[in-house]
Amino acid sequence: MRTVECDVAVVGAGPAGLAAAARAKQCGAGRVILMDRDRELGGILNQCIHNGFGLQLLSQELTGPEYAEHFICEAHDAGVETMLDTMVLEVTRGRHIVAVNRNEGLMQIDAKAVVLAMGARERNRGGVIIPGMRPAGVFTAGAAQRFVNMEGYMPGKRIVVLGSGDIGLIMARRLTWEGAKVEAVLEILPFPSGLTRNIVQCLNDQGIPLYLSHTVVDIHGEERVRGVTVARVDGDLRPIPGTEWDIECDTLLLSVGLIPENELTRDVGGELDPVTGGPVVTDEMETSTPGIFACGNVVHIHDLVDNVTREAWTAGEGAARLVSGQQPGGATIRTRAGDGVRYVVPQILHLDSLASRDVRLFMRATRPAERVQVEAVVGGEVVFSKFERVVRPAEMVVLTIPRGKVDPGKVSPNMAIPTTVSPDHAEGGPQPELVVRITPRDGDTAAEGGRKA
Amino acid sequence: MGTGIARELSRYDLRVVLVEKRADVAFGTTKANTALVHAGYDAEPGTWKARLNVRGNALYPKVCSELGVAYKNTGSLVVALSEEQAVHLHELKARGETNGVPGLEVIPRERVLAIEPGINPNVVAALWAPTGGVTSPWELAIAYAENAAANGVELLLSSPVIGMDVRGGRVASVQSPGVVIDTRFVVNAAGIWADDIERMVGRDDFEITPRRGEYYLFDKRVGHLVSRPLFPVPSESTKGIVVAPTVDGNLIAGPNALIVGDKGDLATTAVGLAEVIDGARRLVPGLPVRESITNFAGLRAVAVPVGDFVIGASPGVPNFVNAAGIQSPGLTAAPAIAEAVRDILADAGLELTEKPEFNPVRGRPTRFAELSRDEQSALVEKNPLWGHIICRCETVTEAEIVEALHRPVPCTTLDGVKFRTRAGAGRCQGGFCGPRVVDIIHRELGIPMEQVTKKGGRSFVLSGPSKEPLLEQAACRCVNPSEQGECRIETRGREEVGGHAHRRV
Repeated sequence: MRTVECDVAVVGAGPAGLAAAARAKQCGAGRVILMDRDRELGGILNQCIHNGFGLQLLSQELTGPEYAEHFICEAHDAGVETMLDTMVLEVTRGRHIVAVNRNEGLMQIDAKAVVLAMGARERNRGGVIIPGMRPAGVFTAGAAQRFVNMEGYMPGKRIVVLGSGDIGLIMARRLTWEGAKVEAVLEILPFPSGLTRNIVQCLNDQGIPLYLSHTVVDIHGEERVRGVTVARVDGDLRPIPGTEWDIECDTLLLSVGLIPENELTRDVGGELDPVTGGPVVTDEMETSTPGIFACGNVVHIHDLVDNVTREAWTAGEGAARLVSGQQPGGATIRTRAGDGVRYVVPQILHLDSLASRDVRLFMRATRPAERVQVEAVVGGEVVFSKFERVVRPAEMVVLTIPRGKVDPGKVSPNMAIPTTVSPDHAEGGPQPELVVRITPRDGDTAAEGGRKA
Repeated sequence: MGTGIARELSRYDLRVVLVEKRADVAFGTTKANTALVHAGYDAEPGTWKARLNVRGNALYPKVCSELGVAYKNTGSLVVALSEEQAVHLHELKARGETNGVPGLEVIPRERVLAIEPGINPNVVAALWAPTGGVTSPWELAIAYAENAAANGVELLLSSPVIGMDVRGGRVASVQSPGVVIDTRFVVNAAGIWADDIERMVGRDDFEITPRRGEYYLFDKRVGHLVSRPLFPVPSESTKGIVVAPTVDGNLIAGPNALIVGDKGDLATTAVGLAEVIDGARRLVPGLPVRESITNFAGLRAVAVPVGDFVIGASPGVPNFVNAAGIQSPGLTAAPAIAEAVRDILADAGLELTEKPEFNPVRGRPTRFAELSRDEQSALVEKNPLWGHIICRCETVTEAEIVEALHRPVPCTTLDGVKFRTRAGAGRCQGGFCGPRVVDIIHRELGIPMEQVTKKGGRSFVLSGPSKEPLLEQAACRCVNPSEQGECRIETRGREEVGGHAHRRV
């Protein structure tokens, strides 16, 4: 087995891997190797031929492949080496990677820093447990997208989509444009899971009905799907007897969520966040295994690729800093999701980082709300907050804490902690934390944007 | 069952034809059961079930090593959760000993917890059966069929039997669409359809009542939760809901038991799946439902009113031999049923002359994921397709899939590839590799993309090229009869010329 040495090895060449590799190289890392199992760089972007990518970051409305192209060029210009059709079989805690491809066979890659950017996989029928027959014609939305956009084949002609996730919405429109009849999109929650713009452009504009608080309770057909039975659900998401009706169709598309692809992350050990399903990371995007970084959907599921790229830049910079021996050290503080917040990434912040640069926090709201303050709280005091006109679970909320807002003196390990903090303190006493919460705006006239309490 | 009998008969100088209505072997009850090798303490002494279970169990190690089939002798436990249930363990043990099951032992709570830490802490005692185990039913059926084929058995797939010609109280021929098989003997191993087949010879000795069982399959990540099959104390009709490791490293839970009227009713139900989880959690309280990767249902072929296996020549039709009503422990009994059927055929006048050239060995297909890094490396050097991973969850290479498509028993479907290679059997259930496997089937076998099926028949994966539904809606089509030249598009009566995409545009 051939051995290759490098400064930074990046696993996965989707938007996260591309940006992390390019940024690591730009920040001074030596040899940077970017690996992907597919035949092209760009990951899932290659089958996302719809537009809407890059609005925030590049101020352009690009298709998926165009967005990928931009960052492929950056990676090449920066001097990143790429290995395609290459599957990583194993990553060790010591940052040894075993990978295989057709031309070079098995190889070992020894890296000073590893960036995990494997993305996510789609939750499938077994994951959501839909009773019924098991005919052909049940697809995850992404698999159907690959068939239509990359292979040129239709998964079916009469379609029901379960789940209002973005891929499902995009596919409802795509299949309609290809001549299929999309009978309905069903969402078990009382609100859509996808971006508002996708509800408008992909369903409303196409005349496709969206049924909120509905799910599929039975699948019919021995060989190929003949239809589905759907039902309304109650507040606990249980089907309500008597509300069932049948929809004739030949295809059921599932857009019921993404699961961070963390098999390799598990190999290297380290702490996983039970809410995100991804590794716990620092503000450098480093996992709890030293030298192993992670970014993109591996860490938590994003809705906008722009945020993936931003997060990947942070990981790339972090990896480069590690290689050059300039990692931040010293004390850290945990973040925690407070009222109205489902999770916060990163979970660990270096006090040095908070003092010396802006630190971006990604979070998701637990429920839709209007006119709210997103607040960062340390030791019972709001250190920074911003106003949001509307928050939805489907749309990531970003809170960038300007440097210097958190006073290191106030988060000393022996500070008094408010009674509301989580019970799982580290041994040796309470750990300081930064709580993020979403609270209804109290009707004052403070300027939108940053506001200090 | 049929494949095992065919393979047994392929030892002798006979002409054997295996007729299967589905597109592949193992596509019936074989693909949807608990995959256990039972020790044999359940069945009533003196029954076929009791005798063939114990004999089959004893044959398993040899059969599986000859045929390269995965088999693990894990032992098994019947778990008593109350003193009352513990009494039944001794009854089971006594019955097992009468049946000839070796090594049975009732073990106390502490020993149970020591070997199965995930078990319900309320456990009182358990019946330890050292000969219990787990295997892969479809691997066994495929291996039997391949070995049978290698030893001269002819295989007719996608060939439902539609009639039989009975003359003078004997079957003379078997009919399937497009083929008539003249034969001296017929073995009926038609599973849940065995009663329909028997009726074709004018007999109606039993009825097959399908009893549906539903299952959960869990991620390999939690495969270590139990190390051997765990049974509840059985009821009159069923062994109850089992929690067991699979031979591939997953965890399986099931089955419940519900009589269904329809032999095609393989549907899972919300009620049934909840019943399975409730039952499984009584044995293993920590079973994580969110690690479920798939659910499925299988139909047990219960012969009514017999209750036991129906094995033997049909009364009045001496050359028609039933191997029917093969519910649990049918998988365990399979090698012994093959022997029993062989002996019945011999008694009925079939001459059994051993073939010197019979080869009992069928090598296990090489699986990349089962090899050491050095072995993997050597394979990629020989053939680059070993370096191309198609199924990421189970680490299956393109070389394995290509090989599976060119073996002695034709494999033409997505499910066929899954059962042979495990591509699509992992946690993403083919979400990633599905499109790629369809493409490989298309390329290797020359089947058009839209003709590739999940499991034969009309279970097409795709409906056709994209844009085709648009053409249908627009009522336009290419009217150029030849594949050459430009397309002539007819749109609602108008005709236009252009393009080169005949019938596709």
